Parts: sequence; structure tokens; C-alpha cells
Amino acid sequence: MKHLLAASDLSRDAATAILDDADKFREALLGRDVKKLPTLRGRTVITMFYENSTRTRVSFEVAGKWMSADVINVSASGSSVAKGESLRDTALTLRAAGADALIIRHPASGAAQQLAAWTREDGHGGPSVINAGDGTHEHPTQALLDALTIRQRLGGLEGRRVVIVGDILHSRVARSNVSLLSTLGAEVVLVAPPTLLPVGVSEWPVTVSHDLDAELPAADAVLMLRVQAERMNGAFFPSAREYSVRYGLSEKRLAGLSEDTVVLHPGPMLRGMEIASSVADSSQSAVLQQVSNGVHVRMAVLFQLLVGAGREVIA
Amino acid sequence: MGDSTDRELLSAADVGRTISRIAHQIIEKTALDAPDAPRVVLLGIPTRGVTLAARIAEKVKEFADVELPTGALDITLYRDDLNFKPPRALASTSIPEGGIDDATVILVDDVLYSGRSVRSALDALRDVGRPRMVQLAVLVDRGHRELPIRADYVGKNVPTSRSENVKVRLLETDGTDSVAIAPYGGPTR
Repeated sequence: MKHLLAASDLSRDAATAILDDADKFREALLGRDVKKLPTLRGRTVITMFYENSTRTRVSFEVAGKWMSADVINVSASGSSVAKGESLRDTALTLRAAGADALIIRHPASGAAQQLAAWTREDGHGGPSVINAGDGTHEHPTQALLDALTIRQRLGGLEGRRVVIVGDILHSRVARSNVSLLSTLGAEVVLVAPPTLLPVGVSEWPVTVSHDLDAELPAADAVLMLRVQAERMNGAFFPSAREYSVRYGLSEKRLAGLSEDTVVLHPGPMLRGMEIASSVADSSQSAVLQQVSNGVHVRMAVLFQLLVGAGREVIA
Repeated sequence: MGDSTDRELLSAADVGRTISRIAHQIIEKTALDAPDAPRVVLLGIPTRGVTLAARIAEKVKEFADVELPTGALDITLYRDDLNFKPPRALASTSIPEGGIDDATVILVDDVLYSGRSVRSALDALRDVGRPRMVQLAVLVDRGHRELPIRADYVGKNVPTSRSENVKVRLLETDGTDSVAIAPYGGPTR
């Protein structure tokens, strides 16, 4: 595997291998004082974040550093992008500076694939590109860490019912999760107001509903999404309060869930909007476990992309 | 399954006796049943080293009535050939409760060959803690060391040529206990 551009590119075996490796990384570091593995020593990993991020950027940096890679963060605001430098020139510059891996987050859908095309070199050369979120398209490492969290909490993914709630229209997290969860054998239900569902959602391998209360009782996992106000140019619901009342995970709704149902949120959370503060902090909420899994998943992805010659895996 | 050209070195009964002998040697050398005994921890190198470590622990319990903390140490991430071979799947690591600081750690593996796996295990141990001593127990030592590394407890010394392949089979992983030599079969791992 040279790049990780989309969850839809991952076969069931490839995705399962990443989840299994992530668990092994967690085990390998458990209880250690020295959280360091020598595996990526001498490799240069450069992150290019054209959008704000706390979780994703920090966890990629921690993942790379724990594996002894040299990690450099470039954010658009402090760089020559602010002077008008194009994405392509930025990428070529970073490749020329020695990047073995480029991790890109960008507001344009398709940016990661475009980057992989521009930085390709003959033979299997050129840096590996990891998509950290491109517009409203995909965020594959998020889907992987969500799947891993569900797998850990529920003991498996096959046949489990995962309900994804919120701004599906603008959500790359939703798209990647729908893709990955169905590849891994889970049943996916989308709950959103009609205005926040994309055209063509009927073609997706999901059930669609507008009634959150009707879908919660049968849910094994509930994934709450933030309303992506920064990607909206129009009015999609009458008021934030009405959205929250109809589609927010309130304390009352949490009480109605089965005790084993796990609550997830990719973050950042807007407490009081899509999720009540007490729900976010409840024992059923796996948000911090998601973050910790995020580091291990990103270690697994870097390992699979940057280590080893050739294609097949030796067991 | 065995090839007709494989030469059997240890039968199932031999493997059992060899493991028992290693257990006795460990008890003797570490004095782990003495009142002021040091803490002894067995760490198997996956895959078959883990099985062997568990068997040795069972025998030590049987002979000396001491329960040795036993675990697994995956060395994949510390291998020196990671970028020369196709990608490997990772195995599990589990360090027993109480860690390895100031303990006598006995690394357990099935075959000792170039010594690079053991060297990787030593590198991994360095990041896990600081044992007071590290020893090595192997079922088979087949010679051809590429590093200055030696085992403290050896089940059987088997001179081999590089083109030969030593096949260790254990009940838990392969359905039967045996050690055999195959004429050519590439690397065992």
C-alpha cells in the first residue's frame, strides 16, 4: 500500500490488518516509561494542514514521533501559502526537502488524490500520501479509529448496528465511516434532517431515517457528528436549538439507550448542541478512547505505508 | 505436515524431555526456589517462543512449586531487516505485572541462528525497563551466529548447513511436537 487516500480503497483484509496492528502497537507501548519504537528512524513525515485541527494533527505527530520519525508540521497560515503559493508548489517543495510521507488536510475534496498524482516519481518513488481530511470527501484514519473503538467496546463489528447522526451532507467522517463500516460487515443507519442528507444517499449501503428516537433503541453504537457550519452557505435548519432538540443526544436519550451501547464523536464537540455535556462525559462515551486509538491507528498506517519492501504480508 | 525428505531430530517425547531439562537447568542456575530468590520473568519471542515459555513455566511449577511470571515480547518493530523484506504482521506483546525492572529476564525462542532476533529482543527490552540480568533459553541452537550472542540454556545443539531449514513444531500451534531438518525450505520465518 503506497497511499491512504480513502476508506473506500480499503478491502476488508487491509482494513482489518490496520486495526489489528493498531492493537499491537497499543500492547507494545503499554506500561512503558519510554514510549519509543525505532521503526521509522530516519524517515521524514511532513503534515500539511490547510484547515484547523487539534486531534488529527497532534495524533499524527505523536504517532510519528513515537516511532522515531522526524515529524514537521506545516500549517497554511504560517507558511508561504499565505503569500499565494499553490498546493502543487508546496507539495513539490516538501518532497524536494526530503519528505517520505505527506499528511494532508485541505478544504477541497480530492486534494489528497491530486497531491499523490503531483508528487509521484517513476518506479514506486515519491512520498506516501495520507489523507487527513479532504473537503467533504473522506477522512480514512478517522473511520479506522472509530471502527477500532467500536470493535474494542463491542467485541466485534460484524452485524453490529451503527447509527450516525447529524450533518451527513458536509461530513467526510460520515462518508468514510459508511464505507469502512459496511466493508467490515456492520449495518449503518444515517439519521439527519432531510436538508442535511446528500443527493444520492439512497445509493449508499445504509438505511436513512429522520427520527432519532426511533433509531436509538436498536443501536449498538451511536456516532454523533458536529454541524459543519464552516462548510455551510445556506440555512439548513430553522435554529440551532431546534436542531439540538430533534437531533441532539440529550441526557434523556442516553438514558433510553441500552447500557452496552457505545457513544462516539469524532470531535471537536459542541457541548449542548449535538451532544449534552453530561452525555459527553458519561461512561458510555468513548471519545477519549477514540483519541488514544487514533494515535495507534496512525502508527499502524505509517508502519504499513513506510516500512517493508514489496507488497505481500508475511504472517 | 512433514516432508518425506525431512530428517527428524526430536520426537514428541524428546521435545517434552528437553523442555523438562531446560526447566531443571533454569531452577538450578537461577536458584529461583531459594528464600531470597531473585524475581525471574520468562519472555517468549512470538510465535513458538511464547508457547515454549508457557511450557517451561508449567514445568518449573511442577518441579519447584514456583509460578514464574510469563509473557511475550514481539520483536517485529525492532528487526534490522524491516526495510529489506516485505511488510510483516505484528505479534502481541504482554509484559507480566510487576514489569522487568531488576528482574532476571529469560528470553525464550525456538531456534537460535544468526542471533539477530535475540539482538532485536535486547533492543526491545531496553525500552521496556532495566532487568538486572538477561538470559536466553532456546530449544535448538543451529550455529551460524552473525553476532556475538550465545544461549544460557540450550535444548539441542544441531549443526546445520545454511541451505537447510530447521522446523520446530509444537502441539499448541502445529498439532504435534517435533523438531526436524528439511534440506531446503528457505528461512523458517
